[in-house]
Amino acid sequence: MAPAAVKKNRPKYLSLRALLFEIRLPITGWVSILHRISGVLLFFGTLWMLWLLDRSLESEAGFEAVRHYTALGPVKLGLLVLAWAYSHHLCAGIRFLFLDLDRGADRETARRTSVIVFAASFALTAWLGWKLW
Amino acid sequence: MSARVVTGARYGLRDWLAQRITAAIMAVYTLIVLVSVSRWGEPLGYAVWRELFAQGWMRVATLVFAASLAWHLWVGVRDILMDYVKPDGLRLALHALVLLLIAFYLGWTVEILWR
Repeated sequence: MAPAAVKKNRPKYLSLRALLFEIRLPITGWVSILHRISGVLLFFGTLWMLWLLDRSLESEAGFEAVRHYTALGPVKLGLLVLAWAYSHHLCAGIRFLFLDLDRGADRETARRTSVIVFAASFALTAWLGWKLW
Repeated sequence: MSARVVTGARYGLRDWLAQRITAAIMAVYTLIVLVSVSRWGEPLGYAVWRELFAQGWMRVATLVFAASLAWHLWVGVRDILMDYVKPDGLRLALHALVLLLIAFYLGWTVEILWR
């Protein structure tokens, strides 16, 4: 990289190894890293969703094919994972928007809202799973 | 505060803001979809499903969602690649692949909606 900018030696904790084995994350950290992981899942999941949308709207036969396909066990599991990823990304994202406004940035509130994010995203996932089958 | 050296690069405010605005747009769309999902009484049939996406407002709303998603995906995935992929050439190649995939998503969405 061009050395034009002043080199700053600030610590960065971004290595996957460190995150998995060396650092014990507080619950607020779990909300954060799962926001990132769910984002990656959604990036690739979009391809799958578009395929399902395409097939389901193209014809009645396509719609029925999608219905049978999504009734398969592994497919259901995959859809549930994506539903969780969407729910978590949404709930954690709303929390981050409040943090941007300096709302709930103190430790106690931040931990409480993290618990709320996990509870809300699991509830939303369960509701979606129940509603879609 | 550290002194900032002007390098000609943008400092990310626009992306930061875009990430939040697109998120808000998608949250509103999600709310609309969740409300309509909650109204499904019996098993969803093809006729109802097709009718939903035949309506002009739903097509436009879905297109706005897709455009927001495309921008949101680009900012988000690019940030992740900048964090983890250090070799410049590889990162650039991955950025190009991600942009291609996002363009493909957007094009496919338009094709599905206005077929």
